Amino acid sequence: MTASSGTAGEARAPVPLPTPKFATAARAALADTRLRRNLRGATASLRERAGASPEPGDWEELREAGRAIRDDALLNLDAHLEELERAVTEAGGTVHWAADAAEARRIVLALVQATGAREVVKARSLVAREIGLNGALAAAGITARETALADLVVQLGGDEPSHLLSPAAHRDGAQIRELFLRGLLGAPPDLPDEPAALVGAARAHLREGFLAARVAITGANFLVAETGTAVLLESEGNARMCLTLPDTLITLAGIEKVVPAWADLEVLLQLLPRSAAGEAMTPYVSSWTGVTPGDGPRAFHLVLLDNGRTRALADEVGRAALRCVRCSACLNVCPVYERTGGHAYGPVYPGPIGAILTPQMRGVESAADASLPYASTLCGACADVCPVKIDIPEVLVHLRGRVVESRRRRPVPTPELLMMRGLAWTMGDARRYEAALRRGTRWARLLSRGGRIRRLPGLLGKWTEARDLPAPPAESFRAWWRRRP
Amino acid sequence: MSGESGAGSREEILRRVREALGGARGARPPVPRGYARRLPEAEAETRADVLALFTERVADRRAAVRHVSADELATAVAAALWGREAAQIAVPADLPYGWLADLDGVRALADAPALDTETLAACDGVVTGCAAAVALTGTVVLDGGRAQGRRALTAVPGYHLCVVHADQIVGTVPEALGRLDPSRPLTWISGPSTTHDIGMARVEGVHGPRHLEVLVVED
Amino acid sequence: MRVALFVACFDDAMFPATGKAVTSLLERLGHEVSYPPGQTCCGQVHWTTGYHREAAALARGFTGAFEGSEAVVTASASCAVAVRDAYPRIARSARDPGLARAAEGLAVYELTEFLVDVLGVTDLGAYFPHRVTYHPTCQSLRTLGVADRPLRLLRAVRGLELVELPAAEECCGFGGAFAMKNADVSVAMVADKVRHVRDTGADVVCAADNSCLAHIGGALSRLRGGVRVMHLAEILAETGPV
Repeated sequence: MTASSGTAGEARAPVPLPTPKFATAARAALADTRLRRNLRGATASLRERAGASPEPGDWEELREAGRAIRDDALLNLDAHLEELERAVTEAGGTVHWAADAAEARRIVLALVQATGAREVVKARSLVAREIGLNGALAAAGITARETALADLVVQLGGDEPSHLLSPAAHRDGAQIRELFLRGLLGAPPDLPDEPAALVGAARAHLREGFLAARVAITGANFLVAETGTAVLLESEGNARMCLTLPDTLITLAGIEKVVPAWADLEVLLQLLPRSAAGEAMTPYVSSWTGVTPGDGPRAFHLVLLDNGRTRALADEVGRAALRCVRCSACLNVCPVYERTGGHAYGPVYPGPIGAILTPQMRGVESAADASLPYASTLCGACADVCPVKIDIPEVLVHLRGRVVESRRRRPVPTPELLMMRGLAWTMGDARRYEAALRRGTRWARLLSRGGRIRRLPGLLGKWTEARDLPAPPAESFRAWWRRRP
Repeated sequence: MSGESGAGSREEILRRVREALGGARGARPPVPRGYARRLPEAEAETRADVLALFTERVADRRAAVRHVSADELATAVAAALWGREAAQIAVPADLPYGWLADLDGVRALADAPALDTETLAACDGVVTGCAAAVALTGTVVLDGGRAQGRRALTAVPGYHLCVVHADQIVGTVPEALGRLDPSRPLTWISGPSTTHDIGMARVEGVHGPRHLEVLVVED
Repeated sequence: MRVALFVACFDDAMFPATGKAVTSLLERLGHEVSYPPGQTCCGQVHWTTGYHREAAALARGFTGAFEGSEAVVTASASCAVAVRDAYPRIARSARDPGLARAAEGLAVYELTEFLVDVLGVTDLGAYFPHRVTYHPTCQSLRTLGVADRPLRLLRAVRGLELVELPAAEECCGFGGAFAMKNADVSVAMVADKVRHVRDTGADVVCAADNSCLAHIGGALSRLRGGVRVMHLAEILAETGPV
């Protein structure tokens, strides 16, 4: 079973806790050479796929439209949600509202228990992970069967997804083979570690689970307010089976998944597949509106989750993060993610988007959450590829401001605050600055040997752990300027 | 107990949304729709260009694709099924009888009454029509209408043979969406079931159809 | 043209050669260079680290120091970004419309933009007989969009052999406070950058920002990498024996 903080009890945290600070978690990831190699391979391969087919000529126009559509969805979210509820209900579905993770778990658990089923099939849902659903189901004696290949790998490995769309990006074939040999019934001991053979073994195992399933739990990529239509994109076809074979379908979605109109899909269905995998279209796109007699489930439940999203919505700069369509393009180009993988960002939302989403949904009070906005060099590669033009560096800097503000209220100021305040005070006046410059230069030259400084004290010592600093020249630029003829 | 379980939070969430948006609430940012709704003229001067693009893109998605005339269709369907050594297939109850007229040695099970899941899983393939097709993306779209049946029919068997009439093919995604009815359950299919989740290698057929074959009927 | 020189505080203290090079370049081209003495720090580090109140105070000081300048030129791409891109945001976050107006009134240019776009020159008559590779820093590449301007300037340098840096557009891992707060990841990133630099066989790696160069150079120095870092301006100012 996956490790999860979730039980049906009243956990306060909206997202399972990313316990260690980013830098601490990253240190462990950086030391895992196999992880490093797998991630390097995975991100390089994803970037290569993204670059393999030429960008359509109207890509910038599509991004602009996508940004505006998502903004419209967010700025009128209350009206769209009410419209969505009306349309889903008219089409024979039932809409449930969950303010937090605990309420969402309660709702889903009650729905499953009402069917009498002891087993559910699941197709990829980040929200299910966000609310710790598998743990809550297990505590009630209900088995959750992950049906996507990568989710199965993660479930068998007992860890967390490391990537939004390729949750098992941190595993290689040999590791997956070992997990299958231990966890898949009927996996032959001579199972090779070639991808095709491993997929074959998983296919047999997974298929068996579908045929008897009575309840399915899925996510959704978009919810069209105007028509009450849910839309889901996938490559494998497991979600298609979840959407059509069981009697009861429970779909979990964050409230921000709403898009205003059916016609908006003409933009989003072009943006998402390309940004996710460099494809013109994802292999399977399913859409459904309520229930259809004679086709698919007899009961459809849509659970709409807040769980901190309205907190993000309240932030004028930060709300841009809610435009996200979970394509994961920002992960694939992020030089930090490529080296640390997703686990360092906490369990649910990895990479640059996670670094701006998680602290907004959970707040910046804990050291772990407060460390996420700093998990970036602000290099901007993410903003360049975002299909809905989220300026991730801008939001990161904004959230850093919130972190610092929250720390200012502490009775004892942090050393960093003292240093930055002191620096700003010094820099606030040219004469103070010059005096400090002269003192600093003398001091730094004393620390240097052969023109370089190999060890700096205090907070700056982190620099010289692995990098030298040149000794400053005796004469600053301004001193030189002053004595120029 | 189900319907009301979340009712308590409905008002609370809507209140939070309104409070969060404050003065920004209700702004309707204009959506700039300067993107292409149709294929560029250079690529789609004639109908034949659109069909050729569709064929190329379906093949790019690693699906088999062939063009046939209306009177060759039955033979082509039979040949495709023989090629796959299919012994038993599932078909929608309203599949035109003529499509299967040349079938010999292949048992076609009509989905009326609905086939149970085990029977469906034991089928070697499924034959359907479609509601629309998109040239630019190499996609066929099923909407449960005529000759398509319910969604499970094409989700379970390992082989899907889809018949596309030339006049069902449009150039782009916006054009296709304009033709489709959102109240119907839709499935957009672009190539076979695929995964990249083991070492990023492309493998086809994790779940549903490992093989997709498209017959384009030119009238 | 009257050019007000904006010398980043770390350039002032650590890399004065860059400011001297910019001065000599601009004077060689016949422009009048001034150095407004009130300048200290633009507030970039405070802003990007989250000390937004302090950044606003420094931004006010900066705009005061350069008020009325015809053109402000800096050899630090990230400081140019701070003034042009961040000041409007700093003003918004500090609810200071006066700062926003003052920032808008400043014409701040990064050196290569100023040379190529405003002065319209690419050949500065420089002579630098070395094998050189160029690292496009993230702020110059993505935020300023200087594109190939630095390369055009380098290609015009006589004797200079320009070699392409593999994976050039990947961040070196500096990122201001990132280099300290996430030192391990930062080092992992610069290790790859250094590997790429060494793969070129260049004896000099240059860029349009000394902060990234201090990072790459710091790692090269620790490893005794045998490659020197140099600001682009210093290469352009080299005229060789006359």
